[in-house]
Amino acid sequence: MRERTSGRTVGGFRNLFLQGPAVTLLLLWMLVPLGMTLWFSFQRYNLINPMISGFAGWDNYTYLLTDPALWTAMGNTLLLVGWVLAISVIGGTLLAVLFQQEFFGRGIARLLVIAPFFVMPTVGALVWKNMLMHPVNGVFAWLSQLLGLPVIDWFSSMPLASIIIIVSWQWMPFALLILLTAIQSLDDDQVEAARMDGAGPLAIFWFITLPHLKRAISVVIMIEMIFLLTIFAEIFVTTSGGPGLASTNLAYFIYIRALLDFDVGGASAGGVIAIILANIVAIFLIRTVAKNLET
Amino acid sequence: MATLQLNDIVKDFGGTQVIKGVDLEVKDREFVVFVGPSGCGKSTLMRMIAGLESTTSGEISIDGERINEVGPADRGLAMVFQSYALYPHMTVEDNMGFSLRLAKVKKAERREKVLAAARILQLEPLLDRKPRALSGGQRQRVAIGRAIVRNPSIFLFDEPLSNLDAALRVQMRIELARLHEELDATMIYVTHDQIEAMTMADKIVVLQDGLVEQIGSPMELYHHPCNRFVAGFIGSPKMNFLDVEVREASGEGINVALPGGDCRVPVDGSGVSAGDTLTLGIRPEHLKLDDAGPLTGKIVVIERLGGVTSLYLEHGDSEWILVADGDVAHRVHDQVRFSFDPTCGHLFKCDGEALSHLHRHPLVDIDRKQNRVSSPSDGQ
Repeated sequence: MRERTSGRTVGGFRNLFLQGPAVTLLLLWMLVPLGMTLWFSFQRYNLINPMISGFAGWDNYTYLLTDPALWTAMGNTLLLVGWVLAISVIGGTLLAVLFQQEFFGRGIARLLVIAPFFVMPTVGALVWKNMLMHPVNGVFAWLSQLLGLPVIDWFSSMPLASIIIIVSWQWMPFALLILLTAIQSLDDDQVEAARMDGAGPLAIFWFITLPHLKRAISVVIMIEMIFLLTIFAEIFVTTSGGPGLASTNLAYFIYIRALLDFDVGGASAGGVIAIILANIVAIFLIRTVAKNLET
Repeated sequence: MATLQLNDIVKDFGGTQVIKGVDLEVKDREFVVFVGPSGCGKSTLMRMIAGLESTTSGEISIDGERINEVGPADRGLAMVFQSYALYPHMTVEDNMGFSLRLAKVKKAERREKVLAAARILQLEPLLDRKPRALSGGQRQRVAIGRAIVRNPSIFLFDEPLSNLDAALRVQMRIELARLHEELDATMIYVTHDQIEAMTMADKIVVLQDGLVEQIGSPMELYHHPCNRFVAGFIGSPKMNFLDVEVREASGEGINVALPGGDCRVPVDGSGVSAGDTLTLGIRPEHLKLDDAGPLTGKIVVIERLGGVTSLYLEHGDSEWILVADGDVAHRVHDQVRFSFDPTCGHLFKCDGEALSHLHRHPLVDIDRKQNRVSSPSDGQ
């Protein structure tokens, strides 16, 4: 127990008592599902055959880790997260610079460009599937026909790339929103000082705007990563993880295990692996991001 | 070597004229101060000189060459901003060397130039710091250093001291005056603070509503303001004004009626006739307590500054400010009589224009350099 200069004690029983309810609720919220997942991951538990039961030991894990499908799913997850992050952050930054400029109808244009973020993932994915990327009815097919190019069947010839495009479309507005507000806080005097120093538009972007946005970009990466690791709806309504496993990420892989193969034990083991993967990524990422946030 | 000419400069912001035709000539190595109340257009005028604002009409030229269409970087000017506008993610050294880096100057040469500027401003120990680790005064010096490194033909200062505390402001004021002497460069300085203007300027430009009211040396503005606005703006506390009736006027002076008897002000009274109403202006420091004085007033507020005391007086609906010495024993609500030396009085016509004094003040044409030769310890 420490005492502040004001004479108030810090820590001790009273503080514990005050923090108790909130902390307990949070712990239950987090620990119960985590505990159950861990518990199931060591059980033989199949939804269509109640006879299969009992303690499984490490069987679920060895079975899963020797399954090449898991590694495909993991690779897809990293590819999906990496590409969407790259596209949305780079695109978002450039769009933020663009939408910072004065032009006629800027308010409406800003609203429109942010709109995709407010569309439900399932709806957005369906629109892309049936109206844009459809090889017969889609706008893209119509466009490439107009130009005399071969029609691409997006979801069968490049399934993961299609998912990446859809998810980027959804998340770029988020990056734009955060970066646009950040760019607005850039001191005009700094830009003018740079102009007096002889900086052209590119130099101003590189030496003034980008360093100013560093912190906001870190925040965007951190938040997006948390959500992108668990992308599910877009895959579910478009490719269903296929063809084969070409667009299956870890979340979808666990879904296949649990609700298509009815193997709750194996799916739980997959869940635990997903938690570990998320933590590994998070440790690296949050460390660099936290360093950015300090300076 | 740099001179600057402004020729009938106009700035129009979507229909509102902010600068309404300004003519100005800045001589080489001159320290020119633009001063005026906020919103008078002084900052806009400076930004137009810097090239950060376009010019609606008129001509800006440096050394006789028109630069209206030249970009801000190529005019050879450097500007110090009110907010300092340091680049927060760069060290002091990188901040100062940024313009050289953009000009693709080699690293060794860059460092040499930055060090030279840092030496002038005593910034050497701070070169590796980021701006947020500096105090206000240090940031200000870095901003000035960034300007020095560019070796500009003209320095522009946009209210550089207004974010500093009072003590630091006095110190930086002296430092800037010293810097002007050391660099021997042309400098243009914008401020709303008339003390900064009076202490540093070779030439003051008083602006109001986008128009130049008067251009002149500090002493000229103080002793011979050309109109009522300049008279009220220069000098602190403000000049006292009183409407008076003319008794008799001629080329040798004007007799005006005061409550306690007439007084003769030595101004050119041609064109003025008896019975006209003029405005008499007397600076607070030229009023003195005098039991036989022609004016009376009741003390409303007393401000004791130690060395001097400001008395705020009331008489009927006229209000007076009187600066007396520090030992005045009067209390609030005392009735006092006071007088003034009529040669220090100013008379203004009803349109605000001053009637010119018959005698020029001897210090009017002194410039700051001569000032320093005779009394080097004091910049004020």
